[in-house]
Amino acid sequence: MSAKLERLCRKLKEVFADRAGEPVINRGEVTMTVSAADYRQIALTLRDHAELKFEQLIDLSGIDYSAAADRSGGPRFAVVCHLLSITHNWRLRVKAYATDDTSPVMPTIVPVWRCANWYEREAYDMYGIVFEGHPDPRRILTDYGFVGHPFRKDFPVSGYVEMRYDPEQQRVVYQPVTIEPREVTPRIVREEHYGKGGRG
Amino acid sequence: MAEIKNYHLNFGPQHPAAHGVLRLILELDGEVVVNADPHIGLLHRGTEKLAETRTWLQTTPYLDRLDYVSMMCNEHAYCLAVEKLLGVQVPIRAQYIRVMMDEITRILNHLLNIGTHALDIGAMTMVLYTFREREDLMDVYEAVSGARLHVAYYRPGGVYRDLPDAMPKYQVNRFKNEARVKQLNAAREGSVLDFIEDFTHRFPALVAEYHTLLTENRIWKQRTVGVGVVSPESALQLGFTGPMLRGSGIEWDLRKKQPYEVYDRMDFDIPVGVNGDCYDRYLVRMEEMLQANRIVKQCVAWLRDNPGPVITGDHKVAPPSREAMKSNIEELIHHFKLFTEGMSVPAGEVYAGIEHPKGEFGVWAVSDGANKPYRIKLRSPGFPHLAALTEMCKGHMIADVTAIIGTIDLVLGDTDR
Repeated sequence: MSAKLERLCRKLKEVFADRAGEPVINRGEVTMTVSAADYRQIALTLRDHAELKFEQLIDLSGIDYSAAADRSGGPRFAVVCHLLSITHNWRLRVKAYATDDTSPVMPTIVPVWRCANWYEREAYDMYGIVFEGHPDPRRILTDYGFVGHPFRKDFPVSGYVEMRYDPEQQRVVYQPVTIEPREVTPRIVREEHYGKGGRG
Repeated sequence: MAEIKNYHLNFGPQHPAAHGVLRLILELDGEVVVNADPHIGLLHRGTEKLAETRTWLQTTPYLDRLDYVSMMCNEHAYCLAVEKLLGVQVPIRAQYIRVMMDEITRILNHLLNIGTHALDIGAMTMVLYTFREREDLMDVYEAVSGARLHVAYYRPGGVYRDLPDAMPKYQVNRFKNEARVKQLNAAREGSVLDFIEDFTHRFPALVAEYHTLLTENRIWKQRTVGVGVVSPESALQLGFTGPMLRGSGIEWDLRKKQPYEVYDRMDFDIPVGVNGDCYDRYLVRMEEMLQANRIVKQCVAWLRDNPGPVITGDHKVAPPSREAMKSNIEELIHHFKLFTEGMSVPAGEVYAGIEHPKGEFGVWAVSDGANKPYRIKLRSPGFPHLAALTEMCKGHMIADVTAIIGTIDLVLGDTDR
């Protein structure tokens, strides 16, 4: 398996040279970081190059790194694609960071893989990443008229508004949330090798 | 001549053929669908966001609530992702149990799909037959986990407990007399494995029964043959996986191509369609049930002969036994830490995909070293399938929309997450 991954890494290096970051093998998976500017061109090459042939976009999603414990600067938003080649039976993770932290913009890859359409709509909806040239840039999962991007780390889990039926007005109304946010289990990052080496 | 205009029709969100809460805006030219715009998210619960606020273990039950007709498969992908991050070895017996339960889940899922698909397009009887068998398998779920739907049976590191020695039994009530109850309980006298084995012997004949009901049925063929045709190229472009991809003639199954757990020891075949229409996908699913049945048989045979642990002995990941916990301070601490703080998962990211009954279900898990996930992305197979609905519906009659929704095997809990 690892010989195959190394072959994939070699191919990637050969094809992209310095256009993309060094492919990294970790836990049996290959990750390649690309710049937002080259992202679409690289996606096209990944799909069409006879020795790579990533025919399928399995998944595309956004991520917000702003609250990560192991973060040391760097851009806040990234788009991550999981690609699959049916011909060669290998997978690749492509990560592209958005350069602007306040209004992240990425080129769309709908022309490369048609199924990116909804995935990009979701990434826009959840993270506010704008995909330039997207054919149908609407929200997808949230309510009609929703404000904000719920998966950003600064968006509370309980949200800002709640919906209820008002018997007086005889319609559904929105009001500020009444639930108190609470954290049952605090988020803890332990030091390295915690619990290993006979320390119980 | 009068001007003819297209008109829009709102389908759902509450519609019996919408399989949940799907809203479709159909643009119609007479009875022909010009455009279909699915509006999803009515069942969006933000599972991925919720997971970020729960410990790694607490997230497991949320996975049941995604695709609520194939619960164990969802958990499976999540557990695989967590195990990959932790680098934990799953005991071999747990792997066999997982494979067996996955295949039972596959049968459950396909039975529901075929029953309700037929129901949607006019064959009332089918659902009565398939639900009869589903009932037996739901009882297996109940026996192994205590719950019929939201099972939380797979845990990172293995499964919650070993297969029990008894099956739940029917009791006499005012609808079932003693003779009937005795007949129903005939297969339930032994252990769960005995019951499953009995089921695997009965099941091929039952599938043959479904075939006589549908496969050569004229109306069924008229409603499905040549409807929603997807070419292999389109299927790849549209991100199809599972029976949807195989229906279009591409032989791709993660269980064979990228085997996880003990699938590489199993003997089974991958059915593939030819035309990529609803009928082919139906045939693929029918055959998959028989193949799943074969795998279950092999697992039962292995599980009978090979007792052993079913969850990892690493108590940083899985709880110690109750006995050990109550007699040993170290295990007590392990238990307490595991269920309050949760496990510490090393920083990193992994993607674990499995062959879910509907297609590839993947979990992309990112950890920053905390006791909670940093980000969980659930790749549900239904999402790209539903996205392709527009393309599949175009040019078909309005009545075919339900046939196409049925063939997608849509569960909105899975699509909306």
